[in-house]
Amino acid sequence: MSFLASLLKMLPDAAAQGLIWGILAMGVFITYKLLDFSDLTVDGSICTGGAVAALLILNGVPVALAMVAAFCAGALAGLVTAILHTRMGIPPILSGILTQLALYSINLRIMGKSMLAVSVDKFQLLVSVRNQSASCLVALVFVAAIIGVLYWFFGTELGCAVRATGANANMSRAQGINTDTMKLVGLILSNGLVGLSGALYTQYLGSVTVNMGRGAIVIGLAAVIIGEVLLGKLFRNFALRLAGVVIGAILYYVVIALVIQLGLNTDDLKLFSAAFVALALYVPHWRMKYTGKSLQKGGKNHA
Amino acid sequence: MLDIQKINKTFNPGTINANHALKDLSLHLADGESVAVIGGNGAGKSTLLNAVAGVWSVDSGSIHLGGVDMTHLPEYKRAKYIGRVFQDPMMGTAGNMQIEENLALAARRGDPRGLRLGISKAERERFREMLRILDLGLENRLTDKAGLLSGGQRQALTLLMATLRKPQLLLLDEHTAALDPKTAAKVMEVTRTLVNQDRLTTLMITHNMRDAIEYGDRLLMMYNGHIVVDVSGEEKKNLTVPQLLNLFSQASGSDEVDDKLVLS
Repeated sequence: MSFLASLLKMLPDAAAQGLIWGILAMGVFITYKLLDFSDLTVDGSICTGGAVAALLILNGVPVALAMVAAFCAGALAGLVTAILHTRMGIPPILSGILTQLALYSINLRIMGKSMLAVSVDKFQLLVSVRNQSASCLVALVFVAAIIGVLYWFFGTELGCAVRATGANANMSRAQGINTDTMKLVGLILSNGLVGLSGALYTQYLGSVTVNMGRGAIVIGLAAVIIGEVLLGKLFRNFALRLAGVVIGAILYYVVIALVIQLGLNTDDLKLFSAAFVALALYVPHWRMKYTGKSLQKGGKNHA
Repeated sequence: MLDIQKINKTFNPGTINANHALKDLSLHLADGESVAVIGGNGAGKSTLLNAVAGVWSVDSGSIHLGGVDMTHLPEYKRAKYIGRVFQDPMMGTAGNMQIEENLALAARRGDPRGLRLGISKAERERFREMLRILDLGLENRLTDKAGLLSGGQRQALTLLMATLRKPQLLLLDEHTAALDPKTAAKVMEVTRTLVNQDRLTTLMITHNMRDAIEYGDRLLMMYNGHIVVDVSGEEKKNLTVPQLLNLFSQASGSDEVDDKLVLS
């Protein structure tokens, strides 16, 4: 089969995975971009969402309910990170790492072993790798609904307060905003979405393993940055920015499909991902340095 | 109105860098009184304002505002009663949020924030009207990011945010120091307009002696964690810059006039 034909054959799978991981990426967008909080909880909470969903589905719980539970489980993980940071004064990155590490054991406990399989033959799963175009459609519905909800939420008083906290914590406190509470809200919402994404991904693959989340934050960041770098100029509106993040996730999976097609050893995939994200993170810095754009006009400040 | 009783604050206590920044400081402000605070670097001016704002808690003493004990209230709860403008124009507004979003955040100071819309149509009109009065050309830029504004515009916007909900106390921490003289004069003018409009009780730190003399009903001079000069009424109105310098060298117990104070 020609190179192009086999690449085209991989596209539906890449799109479906990209859409599902796009939900995670929107979660990462909330913490990384809106809250200015690098949250590493993600690597654990995506697996927690998957594990909870798998366990419940295997025990005969309706899939919809299992998804709600997965959201809540992820949200709970976000709450733990938020408490470690705001109540115990642990720096953001370390708080996330601690939760992530603890979740490894918790995920094993939830699953009872290192892998749980949920077969699409036995259960009414929403998405499956066996039917990629239908999965794309379902995932797209989820993405659209989540963008709608987030657009509404970040326009409310509470949502504005969360954004203000990330934009300028000093000013927020001076305007009577409890910045600790807002970080809590943001982390809960973000990791809830990550859990939901894990539940969908588990159904898509037909299984969840304890290592599912390894490097998830890197993929999420890649999606956020690709979306921002490629579409940032075009997409100013908040809903469009979220859409850009999801498109970033899809592009990430298309690139991965491409390099695998080009013969990259799958063992080297994580190395490739890390290098790719490092490069993507370097782009804004590089632009600033060599195009002489002033730092201040960017609107970001660490006062 | 504001009642500060014998507050103390030491930074880095027990270390070689220990700094006793406020020493048994007491101060009473009457309702509607506007006060200018001057003093050299390290005199404790900003520390005093931060103590009142609740950036950290004082080591001892008490702070009451309008009869409410603020001493142990966290910063965000005190914000219900206090409006603030900072020295750094970047600090008072969220640069990557729109002008109207910044104002809407300020319009809800002290209220619980729920799931109602973050900004209403009626509010937009109100904000436009208020910005028109400031005469900075901002009334047609409501959806611009605050980060696009100049330093002076950002300070004026912060002033508006601080007074949008009438605060019981307005704290101005050298809010014109980072601006060029012309812009600083404009921001002082906006300050006067907003303060007089609501008869706001104000505590303003300044490096500018002339501003300190011209502005407000009362003048405080701080030195080494104490209030060393406190003049008001006729006595303040007739003050001149040389007299003020003289007062300062007397109070600090040396003939050596703090050159930083003179130069600014």
